[in-house]
Amino acid sequence: MSRPPVVTGIGVVAPNGLGTAEYWSATCAGVSGIREAHKFDATQYPSRMTGEVVDFDAKEHLPSRLLPQTDHMTRLALVAADEALADAGVTQDTYPVLDMGVVTASTAGGYEFGQRELEKIWRSGPDHVSAYQSFAWFYAVNTGQISIRHGFRGPSGVVVSDQAGGLDAIGQARRQLRRGSKVIVSGGVDGSICPWGWVAHIAGGRMSTAGDPSAAYLPFDERAAGHVPAEGGAILVLEDAEAATARGAKVYGEIAGYAATFDPRPGSDRGPTLRRAIVNALRDAGMDSGEIDVVFADGAAIPDLDRVEADAIAAVFGPNAVPVTAPKTMVGRMFAGAGPVDVAAALLAIRDGVIPPTVNVRPARRYPIEIVIGEPRRAPVRAAVVIARGYGGFNSVIVVRAAGNT
Amino acid sequence: MSANIIDLGDLRRILRACAGAEQGVDLDGDILDVTFDDLGYDSLAVMETASMITREYGVAIDEDALLEATTPRLLIDLVNAA
Repeated sequence: MSRPPVVTGIGVVAPNGLGTAEYWSATCAGVSGIREAHKFDATQYPSRMTGEVVDFDAKEHLPSRLLPQTDHMTRLALVAADEALADAGVTQDTYPVLDMGVVTASTAGGYEFGQRELEKIWRSGPDHVSAYQSFAWFYAVNTGQISIRHGFRGPSGVVVSDQAGGLDAIGQARRQLRRGSKVIVSGGVDGSICPWGWVAHIAGGRMSTAGDPSAAYLPFDERAAGHVPAEGGAILVLEDAEAATARGAKVYGEIAGYAATFDPRPGSDRGPTLRRAIVNALRDAGMDSGEIDVVFADGAAIPDLDRVEADAIAAVFGPNAVPVTAPKTMVGRMFAGAGPVDVAAALLAIRDGVIPPTVNVRPARRYPIEIVIGEPRRAPVRAAVVIARGYGGFNSVIVVRAAGNT
Repeated sequence: MSANIIDLGDLRRILRACAGAEQGVDLDGDILDVTFDDLGYDSLAVMETASMITREYGVAIDEDALLEATTPRLLIDLVNAA
């Protein structure tokens, strides 16, 4: 079998750091980006805590031509893609443009842009709606804008499966690389921190109503009572392993395994399928559970969902047998952006030999998993499992591994 | 024809507001006969520009005629002939 694709570039935009280096140093230091929403006045809503990318001025990063036609989350995605491609040293000239594509994930599209245009309809009439609304809201818009900006014309697409989507996009990117593409820009950046997005999240019924940022998002804790929605994500440059070696690229690691499952409908007598997703991803990687050094948990912070995840991890790896972490406790849940950020963190954990911590959480004893809390843990990391779950029953798992371990 | 409704200065302002400016393009240069394509504006950018002219100046612009207005001069003439 051919070697798994490798990651040669990383770009992160997160509430606790704009750029990969800032995100990673904040994450290893346990610095949280969760705070009261400041992009709009959330005091009238039952939930007020969020993870926003602060100090982001799009004009500093992007040409004026792109500003009238992009939602905030697309601007973040373009900045992350710029960073990832610069990091990889990949340009339009690295390979034929038809061998370079873009596959990202999205959950809601450009909500903030859409809200602004809806307001124009109601205030001034349909003639006042921007022509750019036609695509600025759309799920595939980040894929399209990254593809246009960098001139990549190979296989492209978007995956929409809520928070599992960021990993599913990487899975799809891997398929395209196996079919012969050289580079697929993948991952996801999401965000709908505006009143319209906010009420949609509230309607989902899983948002924390805590008034204290340090108590708002506590997966695997007895106090777990919902999550904090966030904006941000990561864009990764996935590259054919032989091609990356041939051009002497720096390699963060391999996307060694991927699997996805879908849960039975509520009320079914069949159980949840996350365990099977983990087992299948390990099998896809050709690895034994004992070879995994850390698990990046989804961390729903809903007791029933935490139970399912903890049981699945314990069933595959053994009770308290593998370190588990949820650095997203520092940034909130980024939906399509969450899985790619955790994949980025897993690759950086491999590079630096450090497991980033879970913050604020006092692990409930009833869960049979060992969570890395408070402080980063120095440990050799050769392989990691990343879990992401989406609303409605999506489970996706990726195995990342240090390059050259096969 | 009555007094001109818009001039190149107005169009430059509206283009910038609606669609920004392409990197490497000097909108303040001699652009009257440069195609919108070469100025970095696609059909959506021109449509957005026409929509703002309509809102601001109360001038209806025929959609088929707009497709033929491929340069700033042609667009200005179209508006001023309306």
